[in-house]
Amino acid sequence: MSEQILKLEQVAKSFGDTPVLKDIDLEIARGEFITLLGSSGCGKTTTLRIIAGLESPDAGRVVLNGADVTNLPPEKRSVNTVFQNYALFPHMTVAANIGYGLRLRRKSREEIDKKVTELLQLVQLEGFGGRMPSELSGGQRQRVAIARALAVEPQVLLLDEPLGALDLQLRRQMQFELKRLQKQLGLTFIYITHDQEEALNMSDRIAVMRDGRFEQIGTPGQVYDHPRTAYVARFVGSANILRGTVKQTGDSVCIQTPAGCAWAMAEGHTAAVGQTVSLAVRSEHLQFVNEDQEGLAAVIREKTFSGGMLRIILELEGGQTLVASRHGIDMDAQPGQRVRVAWDPQQAVLVEDDEEAGK
Amino acid sequence: MKTTPQKAKNRGYWLTLLPLYIFTLIFVAGPLVYMVVLSFLKRAEGWGVTNQFTLSNYTQILQPVYLATFADSLKLALISTALIVLVGYPFGYFMARLSPKGKQRMTLALMVPFWTNSLIRLYGWIIILRANGPLDQLVMALGLSDKPLKLLYTYPAVVVGMVYALLQFMIFSVYSSAEKMDWSLVEAARDLGASPARAFFTVTLKLTLPGLLSGVILTFIPSMGLFFIADILGGNKVVLVGSLIQDQLIKAHNTPFAAALSVVLMLMTTLMIALYRKISGVKDLEGLV
Repeated sequence: MSEQILKLEQVAKSFGDTPVLKDIDLEIARGEFITLLGSSGCGKTTTLRIIAGLESPDAGRVVLNGADVTNLPPEKRSVNTVFQNYALFPHMTVAANIGYGLRLRRKSREEIDKKVTELLQLVQLEGFGGRMPSELSGGQRQRVAIARALAVEPQVLLLDEPLGALDLQLRRQMQFELKRLQKQLGLTFIYITHDQEEALNMSDRIAVMRDGRFEQIGTPGQVYDHPRTAYVARFVGSANILRGTVKQTGDSVCIQTPAGCAWAMAEGHTAAVGQTVSLAVRSEHLQFVNEDQEGLAAVIREKTFSGGMLRIILELEGGQTLVASRHGIDMDAQPGQRVRVAWDPQQAVLVEDDEEAGK
Repeated sequence: MKTTPQKAKNRGYWLTLLPLYIFTLIFVAGPLVYMVVLSFLKRAEGWGVTNQFTLSNYTQILQPVYLATFADSLKLALISTALIVLVGYPFGYFMARLSPKGKQRMTLALMVPFWTNSLIRLYGWIIILRANGPLDQLVMALGLSDKPLKLLYTYPAVVVGMVYALLQFMIFSVYSSAEKMDWSLVEAARDLGASPARAFFTVTLKLTLPGLLSGVILTFIPSMGLFFIADILGGNKVVLVGSLIQDQLIKAHNTPFAAALSVVLMLMTTLMIALYRKISGVKDLEGLV
């Protein structure tokens, strides 16, 4: 990993009696695009606000560029935020919004004008400087908010669900543009989203958050292919989770379920025979096999078609549910039909499953 | 065919507004016209007016004693409004930052006194302000002064009464403006490098200005005319245009002169507001004016 720019050490925060962050640690490298991924209420926005200085942690340290900034007010940190609702000043023009931080820094008028023009160009809003925020579309406001935050040349840019309010098509386009901008400027981005697809598309690393903790931090590939926990497996790419006891270990692990032997790769865990474990396998990796081949016995319960994918909901013998997906609609299996499902053991991983264990 | 429903809708719209217009015509425009007409008529012996046209009611106002009364009224209104801004703005601002429950309680606390007749509340001030009353005793007990202030029937007492009577208009006006404000804008300003004070002056104040400005109008206009406060708390020492009008009407029975004074007072207030709007450059006064 290259030079570290930001570090969170044992950061904790509670609102009233509710703990929101539970001693989290995070290290971020210069120029990295890191995404905090999680459902609402997991603490990702609070983490961002603590980094920005808009919230102070109950315990722990925030280190920016080697200096402890835990007790610095937001105006003294070279970190800027793109707010979820953009928070553009409604009484100022686009140009005045972008130039706000520069005016505070007492830059000359020429310097401000030049910088504002540059930034408008960067976010492809040339000629919009004289408009008021209320005259802009959502996507345009978004760009102004980014330009305004970039104007003061922060070391780290924080983005709190910046694309949340945009429609799907615009969101895709903005994802691409944000990534381009980040590459072009070589800036560190800390990005918040609850959209796993967005996280997978844009990030160098993803930190999956849950209940005020990091569930897993890794590259999109690691998080997607090797989820550490059942939560991550479900949240990132909605994987199937199967429970059973380890029957056999070796190159692959056999997990005994009422429907038969479910196979998973042996790498990356230390499950012993007789232990109860959970296995994660993605719906697209499920295969239907012939009666004479090894597989789990199941009954098709439902077939739905959406977004170019056929989803088949299966009930395994013993009651566990699996979802299989296929491209296209050309599958003649009908609800009620008995089938056998299997998968390549390399496509299935054993995961920690505290949700099930807790029950 | 196409336009018929639209027309019908428009007719319905006007019909619903009609009672409002009739009411305004009878109870607002009518008396106003009556007053203006009265002000140009000659006074009759004893009660009432003759139907002779005259400008003497207006020339009479130009006498120094009456001009001084107008100047005093204006001065008192300006002082009271300034004090109300200083107290009411921060009050309304911080009230908007309370929790929803806190806002509710504060609103109630501000409303409750107004369930009591304003005259009765003014008598309350007499008790508080009178020589050796609770205020004097408190001041002396705290060692702030070694002799009673004897505030009652002085100019400051009138100012206190004005501020007390009109403060809540400013508070609620600023509060409603500050309430609507998106506080993440202040965070954005801080995030971009503004100190709390800079963020306040560049963002918060600008966005709550409509509330502040309409609060000023809501307090300035009545403070020109609240003569009973000056009468009750100022004794006979502070004479305002309002008291003058009342005296002319009720004691001197000079109806046309009272009408002329009212017209001038009204014009002066209108002029002040026009001037104020021009200077402040604000068009949106929270639905006022």
